[in-house]
Amino acid sequence: MIRYSSILLILWLSFSSLAHAVLTIEITHGSEGAQPIAIIPFEWKGKGTPPVSLKNIIAADLQRSGLFAPLPNKDLLSKPHEGSQVKYQTWRALNVGYLVVGKIHSLIDGSFQVQFQLLDVFKGRQLAGYSIRSLNSGLRRTAHHISDIIYKTITGEEGAFNTHISYITVTRGKNNKKRYQLAIADADGYNEKIIYTSPQPLMSPSWSPDGTRLAYVSFLSGRPEVVVQNVFSAKRTILASFKGLNNAPRWSPDGKHLALTLSKDGNPEIYILNVNSRKLTRVTRSYAIDTEAEWLPDNKGLVFTSDRGGSPQLYEIKLNRNKPVGRAQRLTFEGNYNSRATVSSDGRYIAMVHRSQGTFRIAVLERGTQNFRVLTNGQLDESPSFAPNGRMIIYATEEKYRGILSAVSVDGRARQRLSFKSGDVREPVWSPYRVNK
Amino acid sequence: MIKILRYFIILTVVAALAGCGLGPLKKRGEQADTETPDKQVEDNQYSTPSDEEVNKFVSGDTLEVSSLNDPNSPLSQRVMYFDLDSSQIKDADREIITVHAEFLAAHSEITVVLEGHADERGSREYNVALGEKRAKAVKQLMTLQGVTEKQIQVISFGEERPVALGHDSSAWSLNRRVEILYTGY
Repeated sequence: MIRYSSILLILWLSFSSLAHAVLTIEITHGSEGAQPIAIIPFEWKGKGTPPVSLKNIIAADLQRSGLFAPLPNKDLLSKPHEGSQVKYQTWRALNVGYLVVGKIHSLIDGSFQVQFQLLDVFKGRQLAGYSIRSLNSGLRRTAHHISDIIYKTITGEEGAFNTHISYITVTRGKNNKKRYQLAIADADGYNEKIIYTSPQPLMSPSWSPDGTRLAYVSFLSGRPEVVVQNVFSAKRTILASFKGLNNAPRWSPDGKHLALTLSKDGNPEIYILNVNSRKLTRVTRSYAIDTEAEWLPDNKGLVFTSDRGGSPQLYEIKLNRNKPVGRAQRLTFEGNYNSRATVSSDGRYIAMVHRSQGTFRIAVLERGTQNFRVLTNGQLDESPSFAPNGRMIIYATEEKYRGILSAVSVDGRARQRLSFKSGDVREPVWSPYRVNK
Repeated sequence: MIKILRYFIILTVVAALAGCGLGPLKKRGEQADTETPDKQVEDNQYSTPSDEEVNKFVSGDTLEVSSLNDPNSPLSQRVMYFDLDSSQIKDADREIITVHAEFLAAHSEITVVLEGHADERGSREYNVALGEKRAKAVKQLMTLQGVTEKQIQVISFGEERPVALGHDSSAWSLNRRVEILYTGY
């Protein structure tokens, strides 16, 4: 097993093509337990050069999960393109468990046929082999699809590489005025599409579980309102515009409700809004701040931030048919600031913003064991959001006072930065599986 | 002599404008803040009304409406600062708020927006709630002193509209604030 020391190992992967983002892979801990895997550059059967490097995309995906340690290019002893060419013995000597080989055929209609094989080095046999047709614009997507197949074949779990993220960017427009943009991109930050632009702040995007709509907060009218926008048609509907706060919307797992924060009855309280009937149910009643509600699986409860105990902490309240049951229970006891919960889809983990000695970092609480772990090491890390498979968390951090996005594996083993060339990027939210496009 | 003449003009204007409401809240322009890591305070965010606007009303009370445009008036202090995670009003600010409250109580036609803000640390939505809590603390102190609910509108921008663009404790302390914005001034 190849073991890296605890020294930071930084690999720069630069991508050609039209990609606007620059990815930096940063292995933060010794990758003990991460599977060494050799991904051989795909053979290109066509004119010119391939539009993207499938190998680089797949390697970055697998790296980001924390479960795999792709070999750097210099360690690739030979470059076979199909299983029959592989001399397993030489790879065994490197202690590499898995090998990925493949080819890209450029077809006459501009599309591609991508063949790949995942090989088990020690058993000397193929674990998976596929031939995938890819449209001209879809090679990156095909690469993520291959990453998902590799991930699932080896770990038995669903991969979440072929998914999307939404986030807010702030850029400067004409006259140097701020422009707030709601964006969607692939889970690795590529293929950004701006779906809404406003001169006033936008906040807190939340995906509907079918991936077709985003709820968010808009200050366009001069005060906060909760808006729902169709991702494809761009149709917008204002769902909450009460007096005071209309904030922190979160789509329920059943897709029929939004949890949100309103202060129309005094101070910020959590409510549940039925998206179709617009019926409101009040969830919390306290003199304190209650906000940032997040759903537990199957609409069985909400986790929210409250300062009812004197400092912001996470609390849980159970729900029965979307009505609160009993008293809210405090969940966090580490330190005096824990907020903005995100819950893994199986309910096992709650990630949050945690303050420790003046810095704000992403921490995760494993509910069953009460094991609490700080995963990141930034100064102002915020807005964690779980991948739909619960293995990774995307979050906002900053670099030279500019907002960027990072992903961290739930075990804290690997961190990867997704940085964008311009503007401030913030509040990433990971889509559910399979956004229909 | 000039003083008397001015007083006469003011009286005339008051007579002409009696019963008139004030104009709508002026939209604050986005500030042309440049993103340098250095601490940089944005320009004054309040528009300067013409003399005519300022002299719309005259009060028999301690402070005239014209004081709103007087940089030496206690009413010119319109920002209250807060400690980290706190919505507790500081003692020095209580006096400032009291001056505004007495003024507003004496001029029930004048309205204010109390705009709450937070520094950039911590989660964004919690900061929106914290900004509102700060603004509501100021509102409560004002209503206790006779200002009516109708005169006060509360809004919070959380950490979205910093005044100081730095990333250190002095910038943060300037951004944890409530601003009193006089409608039309």
